[in-house]
Amino acid sequence: MHKKIIIGAASILLSLSAAAEIETPSKYNLTQGVTDTSQQVYDLHMIILYICIVIGIVVFGAMFYSIINHRKSKGAVAAQFHESTKVEIIWTVIPFVILIAMAIPATSVLIDMEDSSKSDITIKITGSQWKWHYQYFDHDFGFYSLLTTPQQQIQNYSHSTNIEPKGENYLLEVDRELVLPIGKKIRFLITADDVIHSWWVPAFAVKQDANPGFINEAWTRINEPGIYRGQCAELCGKDHGFMPIVVRVLEQKDYDIWLQQQLQQVASAKKAAEQALASTLTMAESMTLGEQVYLTRCAACHQVNGAGIPGAFPALKGSAIALGDITKHIDIVANGKPASAMQAFSKQLTAKELAAVVTYERNAWGNDTGDVVQVTNVNLTEAK
Amino acid sequence: MSKQTTSYYVPSQSHWPIVGAIGLFLIAVGAGTMVQQMSTEQSSGGWILSLGVIIIIGMMIGWFNDVIREADQGLYSAQMDRSFRQGMSWFIFSEVMFFFAFFGALFYVRTISVPWLGGSSNNEMTGQVLWPEFEAIWPLITTPSGDTTQAMGWKGLPLINTVILLTSSITLHFAHKGLEDNKRKQLTILLAITALLGLSFLFFQAEEYVEAYREMGLTLSAGVYGNTFFLLTGFHGLHVTIGTIMLFIMLGRVIKGHFTPQRHFAFQATSWYWHFVDVVWLGLFFFVYIL
Amino acid sequence: MNTATTTQGSHDSRGHDSSEHDSGEHHDQNAHDHKPKGIMRWILTTNHKDIGTLYLCFSFLMFLIGGAMAMIIRAELYQPGLQIVEPNFFNQMTTVHGLIMVFGAVMPAFTGLANWMIPMMIGAPDMALPRMNNWSFWILPMAFAILLSSLFMEGGGPNFGWTFYAPLSTTYSPPSTALFVFAIHIMGISSILGAINVVVTIINMRAPGMTYMKMPLFVWTWLITAFLLIAVMPVLAATVTMVLTDKFFGTSFFAAAGGGDPVLFQHIFWFFGHPEVYIMILPSFGIVSAIIPTFSRKKLFGYSSMVYATASIAILSFTVWAHHMFTTGMPVAAELFFMYCTMLISVPTGVKVFNWVATMWRGSLTFETPMLFAIAFIILFTIGGFSGLMLAITPADFQYHDTYFVVAHFHYVLVTGAIFSIMAAAYYWLPKWTGNMYDERLGKIHFWASLISVNVLFFPMHFLGLAGMPRRVPDYALQFADFNQLVSIGGFAFGLSQLIFLVVVVKCARGGEKAPAKPWEGAEGLEWDMPSPAPYHSHTTPPVIK
Ligand code: HEA
Ligand code: HEA
Ligand code: HEC
Ligand code: CUA
Ligand SMILES: [Cu+2]
Repeated sequence: MHKKIIIGAASILLSLSAAAEIETPSKYNLTQGVTDTSQQVYDLHMIILYICIVIGIVVFGAMFYSIINHRKSKGAVAAQFHESTKVEIIWTVIPFVILIAMAIPATSVLIDMEDSSKSDITIKITGSQWKWHYQYFDHDFGFYSLLTTPQQQIQNYSHSTNIEPKGENYLLEVDRELVLPIGKKIRFLITADDVIHSWWVPAFAVKQDANPGFINEAWTRINEPGIYRGQCAELCGKDHGFMPIVVRVLEQKDYDIWLQQQLQQVASAKKAAEQALASTLTMAESMTLGEQVYLTRCAACHQVNGAGIPGAFPALKGSAIALGDITKHIDIVANGKPASAMQAFSKQLTAKELAAVVTYERNAWGNDTGDVVQVTNVNLTEAK
Repeated sequence: MSKQTTSYYVPSQSHWPIVGAIGLFLIAVGAGTMVQQMSTEQSSGGWILSLGVIIIIGMMIGWFNDVIREADQGLYSAQMDRSFRQGMSWFIFSEVMFFFAFFGALFYVRTISVPWLGGSSNNEMTGQVLWPEFEAIWPLITTPSGDTTQAMGWKGLPLINTVILLTSSITLHFAHKGLEDNKRKQLTILLAITALLGLSFLFFQAEEYVEAYREMGLTLSAGVYGNTFFLLTGFHGLHVTIGTIMLFIMLGRVIKGHFTPQRHFAFQATSWYWHFVDVVWLGLFFFVYIL
Repeated sequence: MNTATTTQGSHDSRGHDSSEHDSGEHHDQNAHDHKPKGIMRWILTTNHKDIGTLYLCFSFLMFLIGGAMAMIIRAELYQPGLQIVEPNFFNQMTTVHGLIMVFGAVMPAFTGLANWMIPMMIGAPDMALPRMNNWSFWILPMAFAILLSSLFMEGGGPNFGWTFYAPLSTTYSPPSTALFVFAIHIMGISSILGAINVVVTIINMRAPGMTYMKMPLFVWTWLITAFLLIAVMPVLAATVTMVLTDKFFGTSFFAAAGGGDPVLFQHIFWFFGHPEVYIMILPSFGIVSAIIPTFSRKKLFGYSSMVYATASIAILSFTVWAHHMFTTGMPVAAELFFMYCTMLISVPTGVKVFNWVATMWRGSLTFETPMLFAIAFIILFTIGGFSGLMLAITPADFQYHDTYFVVAHFHYVLVTGAIFSIMAAAYYWLPKWTGNMYDERLGKIHFWASLISVNVLFFPMHFLGLAGMPRRVPDYALQFADFNQLVSIGGFAFGLSQLIFLVVVVKCARGGEKAPAKPWEGAEGLEWDMPSPAPYHSHTTPPVIK
């Protein structure tokens, strides 16, 4: 009698979840994604979920049956049995068989996921506190990708001023997206500069830790153009929650056009840098550019007001370095401080930006040294 | 096992445990503070730490004296003696696991991380892109970042120390035999020799460290070779120190006429501990020095 | 000082045939029950019951503190944006919440139960090493005082997750990490000493006739748990030591530049960490195996297979650690090995679940509060086990890892597993401890309030995780907003429900209907042969085992 109930309940649940499967980007369930791998992972996930649900129904069904029927208040008298080698063997063997049935597809999907050979494109991904860097390995070009959601949307403290309403892609938007083509096998070389990060885009079913000093490999082949969002998935310090990933996937021809544009821009940026060397920066110009750089790159640690976080990040307001020798100041910004969270910014900023941010730090928040750092100064220190 | 339980001594209240807890508290706070103060002028941490250590030593003296006195009064049954022995064996097992973790780290860096940094297994690109200059060999005398050091050979001091420790295990064994056969003279002399061998081991190890630092550039911060070398031999040395102190205490007690052939838990425990320290050394000698 | 209590010749009316004992006035006249008075009784005690009580009270205090931190987490996550705390402080809350709950709440609660119950269950007068017992307790408050005070230092307390992965916990951690390391060291000493005591008690102190295969399952599971503790706590000590030297003494165990590897940290940590999670569930299995037969009025089904299953789980637990590290880039062969071993653990765990169901099958069930919690344990722990099995499937774990799906998994096994079993144990043995019956109506209210709110709290976390919300974030994208709100509401409700438990316990300790020696009709075991409350010294003469 109760067998029928169980089978009935199971089939209702199964058909319910089958119905839920149709609307794809679910709020309740794993994404099916846009790669063959992500589809396979999704299928695997659903198979195992169903198996667990069925086992659950059987086990809990039996339990509720006795809860309902074998209660003392209904006059139930306890039976005497307390052992049966036969059933115990059965319920050791059956789960074992079920597990083997799960392990087979899992193994084949895994072996496929871990084989990144014969790729068409290689991208080197480097995580650092708290941004991603993408290097197009086959071309000599790469860029940083930073969160663009403004602090006014994020900080809703009671003392915060001019709070803005949150945008549609709150926390999942960046200044420069990683751009990839469809249909190509793309290999990722994933590493980190400081702590462990983890590069995760659910729609590709790629999640791979970025370990400092080591390179992990992963790959994907994307089937549909679109914009896909993900996040850093390993606790990496204060702003771990503010380290999004955005990938724009294009048709092959659009991708080629985009790539050409980028390569041209790299060339012209080089020229601009050379010109900047000759030009002289004014205080006003430096302060505007410097402030902008400071807010996007430095404020996460040293805080907008330059006060830092005591014990973790030093204050720049009134700091000996910001008020003292300019060369030392430039040096720590350009080359960072080894074995600390202070990274080398010479790779991340243009010489002009670097000069400007140092000027800014030397003149903001009452530091008022009056120094204006020039691009030439920066290059000099970098050279040594 | 549990045949006889007619009388089990449940000790009365004692203030030693709480003294010990406070001692450990001070040690933890003191050591933590001291480490933080390393690059500064302050020294409060060191003082707190010393206070903690003094308290713990005081606790041990007091606590053990209570136990000795109670044993002398005949309050302990054979079952109680078994409890002590089993407790000590499990404690030694926990020590084994502590060393196991460091040996595990050694095996990992030798067979996994260093080869991977050199580009083996699924880390081909690690070697090519991040550490193109690096060559994976063990002992790791040039780290990926380019620091160099020298490897410690097994001949010379380490070999001498191996002989010393092995001999000391043998002398201690026969000292124990002497105790069991009630040959007090054999016991006293061999125990004294064992303790002195322990001391000389420590002396040679100190010598070895001085040489490593002064002449070989092998320091605690010389990459994973130096790290595993110093942590493994250092913690072993710490255990030898503790063991040697225990041996001297036992010697003192033997001279005072303590222990009978039937009842000598403290001696037994010391002897187990010493043999354990010896076995760890054999592992060290083999995996750290020779291989 | 020498008020030794030898057990000889204390044959008074306290016997094993005292089931109809009118216990109220009897025990405190006993000559051997001279409890020292005042605060010094608790500070100097060598009595297993006093120490058990200390452990249990301490653990509940820690549960409240850790829970208060969880409330801060849930309040911040109530809506998107940063409302209440700064991200760095949020990370400290997550970290310390995890540490306190694991090492301060669950483990000491089990040790407290072990102290109270094991000597009574095996017919021993006390624990084997009573003075060391006192020491292992009093280290604990010291360790947690250090840990908690580091939150108020400059640079803040630990903010690198309870798993303190290097190099976030080394090069990039606050200066207070040194204190964190030493706090873990002394806490580990406490656990090891406590575990040694339990093992020795069980091996050496059983009454004549109490063979291994007659021991109650709670004793069995604790024996195996204690073995796990002695085996892995030293490994944790070694881990924090390497963190210390990497941060302060220039070693590079976890830094590639010197030939080390950050992933080495994870291997060593999880070699400790995975057995650690079974340390937090095996005693629960023992508790449930005591309660289910009692209220089913039927013997436990498959006693010996329960013992073997527990041992298998413990052995397997040493072979699965890297299932926490599937995304770290291990070679595929290693990933497969750890996947298979992890899946295998479902088999012995399944045996346990089936045996409990078979025990209830054709029993004569009643549903007092301990039974309610035990039944809820079986169901909800199994749900947590299922999500564990899903996590074990490596390719799928690439999607689940470090999302709220994992958070859902481990709260199901820890809160509705470990914590629920501790609640069940408390209700089950409170009459024995205090001599009074607890308020059954309040107990039931506590149960139903907890049951409903805990599922509102943790079930939607599965959906959040699957939809892609990472863990350990103080802020999240807008599509996660409504579930998070629901979760937070469930969290506040669950937190408040635990205050009912506090009331029940305090009420019960202060008075109430007197409990008979054996308040539960179907209960079996030596502890029920003693009067309630149990006399200050347990079995002063060895009981006779049938
Ligand atoms: C009490 C604690 C506890 C317990 C008992 C478990 C039990 C299990 N856990 Fe869990 N786990 C944790 C505590 C616990 N876990 C914690 C704290 C973390 C996170 C740590 C962190 O990162 O902070 C974690 C994380 C964790 C991960 C890593 C996830 C990730 O970070 O990506 C994995 C992966 O394999 C896992 C698996 C399992 C499995 C397979 C079991 C199995 O033991 C479960 C077995 C039980 C069943 C399966 C149900 C009953 C069985 C049946 C009814 C039989 C029939 C069933 C079948 C054949 C399917 N756990
Ligand atoms: C046994 C262990 C245990 C227990 C019991 C709990 C209990 C709870 N946990 Fe815990 N949790 C962990 C172990 C545990 N947790 C671990 C190991 C982690 C991982 C940490 C890491 O990532 O490093 C974690 C992480 C974790 C997170 C993820 C944080 C993040 O990733 O950023 C969250 C979020 O909701 C959470 C919530 C809760 C809640 C609401 C409870 C509730 O059950 C708590 C209920 C109890 C109380 C609330 C106390 C009693 C009541 C009062 C004190 C009165 C005041 C009450 C009110 C004001 C309402 N926990
Ligand atoms: C990820 C965190 C982080 C970011 C981002 C960061 N810094 Fe730092 N910075 C630090 C830390 C940590 C130190 C302290 C290093 C030390 O002395 O150990 C530091 C030190 C400094 C100092 C020296 C201050 C002193 O008094 O010692 C200067 C100047 C500085 N940073 C400038 C900058 C500039 C300019 C930027 C952005 C372009 C920046 N920092 C971005 C973490 C950061
Ligand atoms: Cu980067 Cu988290
Ligand atoms: Cu695990």
